[in-house]
Amino acid sequence: MVTTYEKKIDKINLSKVNSVAIDLEDVEYFDTAASIFIHSLVKKFQKKSIATNIIASNSDILDTLKLVEKSKKTSLALPKASQKSFLNSIGEKTYLYYIGFLSFMAFLGKLFATKIYYLKSVKNIRFKEIAFEINESAIKAIGIIALTSFLIGLVVAYQSAFQLKIYGANIFIVDMLGISILRELAPLMTAIVIAGRSGSAFTAQIGAMKITEELDAMRTMGFDPYIFLVMPRIIALMITMPILIFIADIMGVFGGILVAHLDLDITPQLFIERFNEVIAAKHFFIGILKGPFFAFLIASIGVYRGLMVKDDTQSIGFNTTKSVVESIFAVIVCDAIFSIIFTNMGI
Amino acid sequence: MTSMIEVKDVKTIFDSRVVHDGLNLTINQGEIYGLIGPSGCGKTTLLREMVMLQEFNSGSIEVLGHKLNNIRHQEAQSLRKEWGVLFQAGALFSSLTLKENISLPLIEYTDLSKEMIDEIVEFKINLVGLKSADALLYPSQISGGMKKKAALARALAMDPKLVFLDEPTSGLDPISARDFDSLILKLRELLGLTIVMVSHDLQSIYDTLDRVAIIDEKKIVYEGTLDNIKHAKSEFIQTFFRGNYE
Repeated sequence: MVTTYEKKIDKINLSKVNSVAIDLEDVEYFDTAASIFIHSLVKKFQKKSIATNIIASNSDILDTLKLVEKSKKTSLALPKASQKSFLNSIGEKTYLYYIGFLSFMAFLGKLFATKIYYLKSVKNIRFKEIAFEINESAIKAIGIIALTSFLIGLVVAYQSAFQLKIYGANIFIVDMLGISILRELAPLMTAIVIAGRSGSAFTAQIGAMKITEELDAMRTMGFDPYIFLVMPRIIALMITMPILIFIADIMGVFGGILVAHLDLDITPQLFIERFNEVIAAKHFFIGILKGPFFAFLIASIGVYRGLMVKDDTQSIGFNTTKSVVESIFAVIVCDAIFSIIFTNMGI
Repeated sequence: MTSMIEVKDVKTIFDSRVVHDGLNLTINQGEIYGLIGPSGCGKTTLLREMVMLQEFNSGSIEVLGHKLNNIRHQEAQSLRKEWGVLFQAGALFSSLTLKENISLPLIEYTDLSKEMIDEIVEFKINLVGLKSADALLYPSQISGGMKKKAALARALAMDPKLVFLDEPTSGLDPISARDFDSLILKLRELLGLTIVMVSHDLQSIYDTLDRVAIIDEKKIVYEGTLDNIKHAKSEFIQTFFRGNYE
């Protein structure tokens, strides 16, 4: 409405006019927005040195006009968000990343100190909390991990079966599946599922505890959150990850056996015989060995992100997203490093 | 009178903003002491500094005879067992029931039998005015007023001599708030507590506090009893207490 009036007023040729009357006699209701509009109109005319005369007898309208005039005189314009130069914002971002890196290092340092405290005496280890976390973040994840890795085994086998059939190399599906699942796919899939499921839960739980001041309450009662919350989660995940990978191995290979049987006419018995022959145990152990490393990355990033939550609810969502993205990224980088190391070592 | 807390020349700086510029105050045994001031003046910050949740830049704070500057870990741990803290929203552990919340310090720090702990918990629950049946509820299942009472019971679990309360009556309806005030007075009588609280609630300030420190413009503008407060020269005191002494 107001903009159409504004356009109409702008269209009027005012070059020969030297006084304007604004008639508000018939106006029944007049809000502050309208008042601000009238006020800026008067200002506009003033600039063109046109005199204005507001005709109004309703006291409510006059009061509103006066209110706006008064506030315009005293208050300054709302501060505009300051424009930063490109270099300035790059510098600022870099500095923030640097601070973030330092605070993660501080977190790792505190973690190390807590580990030493744990090692000092068996009594210091929070077995109850660790057991609770093992159940919560690993045992309850067995179902989803088993299902995912079964499907991955199935899909990989099905896709490669099609290619292998062309060359009549059906039996090599065993070599292919064995190595890829045991060495790479099972550990990675497990890590990704756990990062999405338990890593994010760590962030959200600890973040919420920070907002409700539960962490502060713990500190004032002498319960160090690192001892009671952080370490148990990391240890629980490091213990259970290899077991979860083992389950993922079984389910993945099981999916492969199923496809080999149905699609390539390789009996399960033949599959397992061949498996025994060609798949060295080292592939299995390499896969399992990755477990604790992945677990440490996922759990420590999840917990760290939780501790970084600030006193607003948006911060939980932001940090949970970050925690999942960063831990999956860290897991994949770690896997790549392992792959280089093992290849160079000739394993 | 022995002093429980002594704050000397405390300075606090956040980033580059000065919050406290040389605070001095003394809290004596057995009194209910209030930290009062306009919002954002750093009352809660000072309280957090007293309970070692936050560090201050210079000066010294002494709590129960322990200097908090560079305090050793063991000393800090034993000090933490001697006080109770009630946070603004209660800060009960949401994964535990009220009973588990209150018994937690007893389980961790004492070698009392399970039956004994149960009895202590029941006693503390009744002491703050909750029913024994409430003990099995989770914090999410109870009202704000009950949460504060339960949190107070947890703060009192270890029979501390010193209790910190952060805005104990904020967010409560007037009846529950007065209820809470009289509870605080009753507990002081019964247990001989020294209570330090941050408050905005004028009624509660008049009903409960023995002495106050008023923080304004980064300094303490007044310390002492409420009777003499009208002589203090501070814009905040004039506006905040005007209604009552005119």
